[in-house]
Amino acid sequence: MGLLSKKDAKLITDPLADNNPITIQVLGICSALAITAELEASIVMSIAVLFVLSVGNVVISLLRNIIPSKIRIIVQLIVVATLVIIVDLVLKAFAYELSKTLSVFVGLIITNCIIMGRFEAFALANAPGKAFLDGIGNSLGYAVILIIVGFFRELLGSGTLLGIQVLGDPIEKTGVYAFGYENNGFMLLAPMALVTVGIIIWVQRSRNTALVEDH
Amino acid sequence: MALKDNLHNLKEKFKGTKMSPVFGAFHTFLYMPNDTTQKGSHIRGADDLKRTMNMVIIALIPLLFFGMYNTGYQHHLATGEVEMVSSGFFSAEFWSLSNFWIGFWKILPLIIVSYVVGLGIEIFFAAKNGHEVEEGYLVTGMLVPLIVPIDIPLWMLAVAVIFGVVIGKEVFGGTGMNILNPALLIRAFLFFAYPTWMSGDKVWVTGAVERTNEIAAGTMPASDAISGETVLGALAQGQEIVYSTWDMFYGFIPGSVGETSTLLILLGALFLIFSKIGSWRIMLSSVLGALVMGLIFNQVTAMGIIGESSKFYDLMNTEFWQHLLIGGFAFGAIYMATDPVTASQTNKGKWIYGFLIGFISILIRVFNPAYPEGVMLAILLMNVFAPTIDHYVVQGNVKRRMKRLKAKTA
Repeated sequence: MGLLSKKDAKLITDPLADNNPITIQVLGICSALAITAELEASIVMSIAVLFVLSVGNVVISLLRNIIPSKIRIIVQLIVVATLVIIVDLVLKAFAYELSKTLSVFVGLIITNCIIMGRFEAFALANAPGKAFLDGIGNSLGYAVILIIVGFFRELLGSGTLLGIQVLGDPIEKTGVYAFGYENNGFMLLAPMALVTVGIIIWVQRSRNTALVEDH
Repeated sequence: MALKDNLHNLKEKFKGTKMSPVFGAFHTFLYMPNDTTQKGSHIRGADDLKRTMNMVIIALIPLLFFGMYNTGYQHHLATGEVEMVSSGFFSAEFWSLSNFWIGFWKILPLIIVSYVVGLGIEIFFAAKNGHEVEEGYLVTGMLVPLIVPIDIPLWMLAVAVIFGVVIGKEVFGGTGMNILNPALLIRAFLFFAYPTWMSGDKVWVTGAVERTNEIAAGTMPASDAISGETVLGALAQGQEIVYSTWDMFYGFIPGSVGETSTLLILLGALFLIFSKIGSWRIMLSSVLGALVMGLIFNQVTAMGIIGESSKFYDLMNTEFWQHLLIGGFAFGAIYMATDPVTASQTNKGKWIYGFLIGFISILIRVFNPAYPEGVMLAILLMNVFAPTIDHYVVQGNVKRRMKRLKAKTA
């Protein structure tokens, strides 16, 4: 990491694993449950959050000395709402079908706790460069979980990945379907997203027991 | 004695290693352990976990055998090889060996898969976490084959058992710590994951799916197609019911393997009540809850609020007591709701818990024909609420006693 100092690099790598926004801080769960039935939707959602969070972090960081602390939440909301509307319009213009799949959840990025959380916890207290890296790191941490969950849910639930039938044709009975395999419809329902996230949390904490909370 | 000594020696030899729980489990399962308590003495009842579990299994055995006969009977009835039973519970059409063997060879693999997979996971976790293998799976492993459709593919059952035991039980800390009944969780998993194998008119009669496939492939004439709809399914679709009330009571109807015979379930209930294993409060109150809900629906149709054109009419108009005979309600109320781990612990709580199970079962059954087996969802729902019910019962008791104390001292 010659490009970044060690401290800056940590801003990106930390949220990927030991300080992951979803599995450790348990933020942004709603969208992780709602849109991960397909891998493509997970990826697009990740990109949308990457854009909103990294740009938003920079904007808030630039404004941090002139925002009166009493109305800072409103200012943050306006910034994130503006960015989300940009994402929404871009999706509608260039990927209409996908924006229909994501439906209300693009708009709900506004209420994604990760975004408000990073604005409050980091962007308000740090310089724009660092805030940008922090935004990238956290949205990548979010993206990793979304993509893992989306991968397993689409593969086991529909037998496809990015819409391509990787396990064979369930109607023509080719590939694994010839042996009597069937898609698991439960994986497409929200409870199994919760269980999948739970399993990731379980695996992560049993590999690194320092992350286990006292109770 | 030789086997016992050998087992004991093996147990001593592997003590402290990863494999020790495995030998320990076999040893305890077959014999009384030699180990005695070293520190202090405690008075204990003779009914340990193993005996409690074995009692429930004994109560399930008649249902298992009945299920084997019924599997063959439903198959032969659908193919037209036997006539419908005509002379009561001991009809020769039903209790024939040819019926029994079909069922035996269909059900035995279900039992083996259920136990091998489930106990395999239990032993794996016991070895990993270094504790003894608990007896908790003994009953679950017997319940699971009894509550699934007969032709469920074995790999699906295995996947569901893995899910049910790992997510339903082991993540919470194993036997005695689970929130949801593992056997029901296994069934719910199958139901939502593979609905085509859990509902419809092809899954309840063994061979029906196979024949449908062969007809589609053209290797069998279409006239050989067989099917059998459960009473609940038929009611939900407004079809004519071909079974008499006595058929339903004796259990000569299509359904999951072991839940059809209300008569034998009643016998099992008596056994569980007299051996003090199952809570009669939960059994009684869930029956009451179902009857109350059934009566309400009967009143609604009698007053003409819901007319015959409504899709709910047939199920609502079913005699309120008949709800106890059809579907898995009786089995659920007696064997599933009374699971001591997931049910309410307080006596008052048990009444509330059971009543709501019965009430909600019939509610789901009538209003959601897509989920005809309401009792499964009702019990899982109330499992979640059981600790809350207990909390308020205990707090209510504390409050009442505080008041009494105040009145006395004032």
